[in-house]
Amino acid sequence: MKVALFIPCYIDQFFPKVAIATLQVLEKVGCEVFYPVNQTCCGQPMANAGYASLANSCNKNFIQNFYGFDYIVSPSGSCVAHVKEHLHYKPREKEAAIMRNNVYELTEFLTDVVKVVNVGAYFPHKVGLHTSCHGQRMLGLSSMSERVGPSFSKPEQLLNEVKGLQLMRPARVDECCGFGGTFCVTEEAVSVRMGQDRIRDHAANEVEYITGGDVSCLMHLEGILKRQKSRIKVVHIAEILNTKWSIK
Amino acid sequence: MEHKIKDHSNAAARFLKDEERATWHDETLWFVRSKRDKAAQQLPEWESLREMASGIKAHTLSHLDKYLLAFEAKAKANGVHVHWATDAEEHNRIVYSILAKHKAKNVVKSKSMLTEECGLNHHLESQGISVVDTDLGEYIVQLRKEQPSHIVLPAIHLKKEDVSNTFHECLQTEKNNFDPAYLTNSARIVLREKFLEADAAITGVNFAVAETGSIVICTNEGNADLGVHSAPLHIACMGIEKLIPKAKHLGIFLRLLARSATGQPITSYSSHFRRPRKGQEMHIVLVDNGRTQQLGRKDFKDSLKCIRCGACLNTCPVYRRSGGHSYHNSVAGPIGAILAPNLDMRKNADLPFASTLCGSCTNVCPVKINIHEQLWSWRQILMKEWYGSPAKKASMKAMAFVLSRPRMYKLSGKIGRKIMQWLPGLVNNRLNPWHKNREMPQAPRQSFNEWYEKNKR
Ligand code: SF4
Repeated sequence: MKVALFIPCYIDQFFPKVAIATLQVLEKVGCEVFYPVNQTCCGQPMANAGYASLANSCNKNFIQNFYGFDYIVSPSGSCVAHVKEHLHYKPREKEAAIMRNNVYELTEFLTDVVKVVNVGAYFPHKVGLHTSCHGQRMLGLSSMSERVGPSFSKPEQLLNEVKGLQLMRPARVDECCGFGGTFCVTEEAVSVRMGQDRIRDHAANEVEYITGGDVSCLMHLEGILKRQKSRIKVVHIAEILNTKWSIK
Repeated sequence: MEHKIKDHSNAAARFLKDEERATWHDETLWFVRSKRDKAAQQLPEWESLREMASGIKAHTLSHLDKYLLAFEAKAKANGVHVHWATDAEEHNRIVYSILAKHKAKNVVKSKSMLTEECGLNHHLESQGISVVDTDLGEYIVQLRKEQPSHIVLPAIHLKKEDVSNTFHECLQTEKNNFDPAYLTNSARIVLREKFLEADAAITGVNFAVAETGSIVICTNEGNADLGVHSAPLHIACMGIEKLIPKAKHLGIFLRLLARSATGQPITSYSSHFRRPRKGQEMHIVLVDNGRTQQLGRKDFKDSLKCIRCGACLNTCPVYRRSGGHSYHNSVAGPIGAILAPNLDMRKNADLPFASTLCGSCTNVCPVKINIHEQLWSWRQILMKEWYGSPAKKASMKAMAFVLSRPRMYKLSGKIGRKIMQWLPGLVNNRLNPWHKNREMPQAPRQSFNEWYEKNKR
């Protein structure tokens, strides 16, 4: 299984340890992982700000780097959702169509493709899961409170198998944290207030960590937590899954 | 033009200054959403109901001309006068001329977002006609000379203390009596009088049935019934998208509407009007006001499926934390944000950006409007047309330029991280909106790319 690792630009620049954890988790479950070194950005920041037309050269670069792998996997639900919905490039439309289909967010790749939910991780802490909207509602990583139907959650499935981890659900299970790309700056007041409310909801459960599948949401929450001098830390789900449970 | 981007954002920031009130606003609407969730969960067929409703609306919209003409013919045969209005102005003119012909001076109105959209009250009042909004929430905001802040709960931005003060001022109720029952009753006494002396009743329309030429109005207070049954003249104003083909389709929409709006199985009053009663005159005004234009916009035509249940407002985390007035449009929230730019792109260009695109609205919507995708599409159009300032466009261009060139991307990333390490003051300052209430992430020494080149190659 040839897996290409797609590391979104802001993770590459600011959160390399999330990228390293993702790489190692994928290797741990037996994937042959390739990292196309000339990848940059999927174009989402431009597109969500209304400049999808400017993302064309990003799309071209993305296709150049990622075409030809069995799977493309990334530790970011929103970037994957963006590629899935908006990767287009006229001269290579056929390839783009294939890639829109084989790009996966890390947790869905583990549960649906590799079909391994117990990756032998150990994380003896009280953890709250922040369900990121793009992963949940656009990629369908978990059921949502608005819809009527069976309930499920791919990230929860994985976290439930982590030894020692006590998973806590906030009262508003799947409300947005207020990051929203450029929204976090153009609508600073609402964005921060939403983040503060999410944190309050998790803090009520006395969690030690807030985890999730999107670094962007975690970065926003972390910024607020640090400003509040809270002792709650954030950790990406890949980092939890990359811990080791030695006595298997 | 850049200042326009900040309209919603500034108003929202002002709204959030009163933290306690903002919390109350958020929690009250969340409570309504939770009630909706429970009501929806009780119907295993919920998702298929949504599917059917969406399908019926799609079908109706693609044959709107045919159904409108059928409706008109039936209504006329039922003895109803039918009028057509292309825009708000014509709508107001028609309503006024009907009232003038009847020498009507006192009008009771039951909640209608369309008349709000058209600014009817203002128009009639300037001609010396008194209009009283009879829905309690509407009445409160009318007394306060405010706009409704929610399409179903028009006074949801107000607390009982505000209502008490308003009533004390306008209706001479006891000062500082905050008892909701007392306040409601005081309004009821005044409103009863208004119903009795009304020369005409104006109502909105929730559904118009092409097959029968009849209209359906849903209220919880029975105020539409009271108005229509006591006045000698009934004028119903409806947007042309309110049509459904057959009476048998009503069941689907009535089941969805009340549950989505408030979590009730059905509204207290679903009133059907088909023909004027003896001695009464009944008029229906069919209003376009930009709707056919929206119908012609491929990406946005589905917004006309909306049945105005308000669920997308209640679920929207941004609406809950910014209040309806921050949307400066008669319809607030996510649906308002996709309807408003159709009416006036320039004035409402900020609204499609007042969203995190979380997608909750799309999934709560009983008629399955892809609201968050339409918000995204509006952003593309607004930026392409003229809305983005040259500065913003230039910076986006520069960003796209760098981000699509691997070598330049790596280099500028490196420089950026270095600056953040060495000169944190450059980013951690008041001019950076991120930093106002959040810490910046710490810049690591090496990027993943650099780590990989060293450790894996
Ligand atoms: S868009 Fe959907 S959820 Fe929003 S008011 Fe209309 S019908 Fe209700």
